[in-house]
Amino acid sequence: MNIITIEHIAKIYQVGSEEVHALADVSLKIDKGEYVAIMGPSGSGKSTLMNILGCLDTPTKGIYNFNGVNVSEMNDNELAKIRNKEIGFVFQTFNLLPRSDALHNVELPLIYAGVSSAERKERAKEALAHVGLADRMHHKPNELSGGQRQRVAIARALVTRPSIILADEPTGNLDTKTGEDIMALFNEIYEQGNTIILVTHEEYIAEHAERILRIRDGLIEKDEIVKERFIPKKNGASKI
Amino acid sequence: MKNFLFELREGLLIAFRAIRANKVRSILTTLGIVIGVTSVVLMSTAIKGIDNAFQTGVSSLGSDNLYIDKWQWFNNDIPWWELRNRKNLTLEDYKKYKELAKLPLAVAPTVWNFNTVKFKDRVVEGLIIQGTTSDYIQTTNLSFSEGRFFNELESNGGRNVIVLGSEVAKKLFPIGYAVGQEVKIKGHKFRVVGVLAEQGSWVMGNFNPDKQVFLPIQNIFKYLQNENLRSITINVRAKNSQMVEATKEEAVGIMRRIRGLAYNQENDFSINQQEGLLNTINQTVGVIQIAGLFITGLSLFVGAIGIMNIMFVSVKERTKEIGIRKAIGAKRRAILGQFITESAVICLIGGLIGLVFAVILSLIINQFLPTSVQVDALILAIVISIATGVISGFAPAYTAAKLDPVEALRYE
Ligand SMILES: Nc1ncnc2c1ncn2[C@@H]1O[C@H](COP(=O)(O)OP(=O)(O)OP(=O)(O)O)[C@@H](O)[C@H]1O
Ligand SMILES: [Mg+2]
Repeated sequence: MNIITIEHIAKIYQVGSEEVHALADVSLKIDKGEYVAIMGPSGSGKSTLMNILGCLDTPTKGIYNFNGVNVSEMNDNELAKIRNKEIGFVFQTFNLLPRSDALHNVELPLIYAGVSSAERKERAKEALAHVGLADRMHHKPNELSGGQRQRVAIARALVTRPSIILADEPTGNLDTKTGEDIMALFNEIYEQGNTIILVTHEEYIAEHAERILRIRDGLIEKDEIVKERFIPKKNGASKI
Repeated sequence: MKNFLFELREGLLIAFRAIRANKVRSILTTLGIVIGVTSVVLMSTAIKGIDNAFQTGVSSLGSDNLYIDKWQWFNNDIPWWELRNRKNLTLEDYKKYKELAKLPLAVAPTVWNFNTVKFKDRVVEGLIIQGTTSDYIQTTNLSFSEGRFFNELESNGGRNVIVLGSEVAKKLFPIGYAVGQEVKIKGHKFRVVGVLAEQGSWVMGNFNPDKQVFLPIQNIFKYLQNENLRSITINVRAKNSQMVEATKEEAVGIMRRIRGLAYNQENDFSINQQEGLLNTINQTVGVIQIAGLFITGLSLFVGAIGIMNIMFVSVKERTKEIGIRKAIGAKRRAILGQFITESAVICLIGGLIGLVFAVILSLIINQFLPTSVQVDALILAIVISIATGVISGFAPAYTAAKLDPVEALRYE
């Protein structure tokens, strides 16, 4: 079943008198449980595509169907709800709240989802334990290493049990070793049945994915399956 | 609803964290609200004090009293010259009225004169000397610290007796024992028969009984004033407040008869009541209130602008944070609520501090104007500070709420 279907999506920015086609014409289908890496040179439109897929942004043209729902016509609040419930976003720069500890950062999506305090704490702790940070719950971001911060961000993305995890250069700010650790975590998440879309510049990072999508100048240049789908023992998404 | 509560709690948490993170800035911003709320509470307390003082002053007149007079006390409709041209009210009018009126509890004529009272080398100048009859005491709520009012015999006989107001007595007889002594007015001797207990209604100025002395009315005309030149006032006390209107109607009828008015002639007398005075006072207090509100409103407004300014700065500084929150699913409402909550919390803290100042300062005011901070002023202060926070926080919060998540995330 396709979790994502986009048809002839374009994103056009007006810069002065000039039009910038960040995305020219992109059509794409992504299955439930897929692990997709998006690659391409700088400025090719990877982040723009991710933002649209993550419902952070809306396309100028085209149709976006998420889980069978047309989100290209949704308003701000409806998109916020989708982001909250269906999408887990992991950023290159972590984007944690600096004044909140790890636990509260992970709790945050659940607050906006209206989950009760006790359940929130419970689930946030579980998610932190899952990424190996059970002993760092009350550390603020500036008391954590880069890799640990990204783990907190991943825990935050997982805590709502989203339909899809989007990661825009999640290892971009990390050294190779730490990056590999984070990728191992993504692998684990994938093997538990989650759908992952990941942007990267590095071939060795992209190799973790089963499908690699190459973008250039706002167009899909190449779309290839590089691995067989991993079939998890239990069906469905993980119970994190 | 559940969401709203969680978001409110999150909002409060963020607010306290933000305030703690910017202590100095928060304190300086709050100062405007502290001053605003202090002045609002103090002003409302002071106005209440003034109002109370006026009201107690007026009520010392007695709410069941009517004053039949040539003059209309609180006049806005009858031309002044028309009042002046009225016939004087005389002692004869009083006697006839007293005889005919069935409803009053007590009736007494009064006439007053500015004069000086002496005892040996002590002098009280420019006080009001009231001439009246022994019935006067029943038209008032006065009580005595020494002696009594002059009796019917002394009154009818026009004896040279005098009753002193408490303040006059204090000046002439600092150590007391006034009764039995003789004071002098224009060289005539009067024996003190009583001293009034202190009334303490300071607003009435010279009309405060504390500052007056009382003589049998004939003595005023005999020693101090030509009877034909002075119009008297007839003080009438109704049996109770329900009887005031009936007593008034009866008085109008009787007075018209006494004054020989034809059916088509206007009254050539006025029946005054403290109500008239109350109206005048309420108007005055109203003006003070409006002026006070305007001034305090202004200081609050300045405080509110300070808050608005700092909230705009805060939104700008936390653009990235707003982006993060939106990215993980905060709706516009949640962001709006967060910043309004923060602004309201800052203002509420300012309001509470202001309240403490106000209570302390009101203790000082209390030294010369009896008053205290009332519960409604406390509630008012809290409501006002929260409202100020909500109102001044709205515009910054709104700009935060409608930030584009992608752009907000890109902000450094
Ligand atoms: N808000 C904007 N206004 C104007 N142009 C924009 C805006 N956002 C992106 N662009 C343009 O769109 C194009 C694609 O940008 P995008 O951020 O998607 O690239 P990217 O593939 O993620 O690059 P990188 O690998 O460097 O992150 C770029 O040419 C960029 O200049
Ligand atoms: Mg990018």
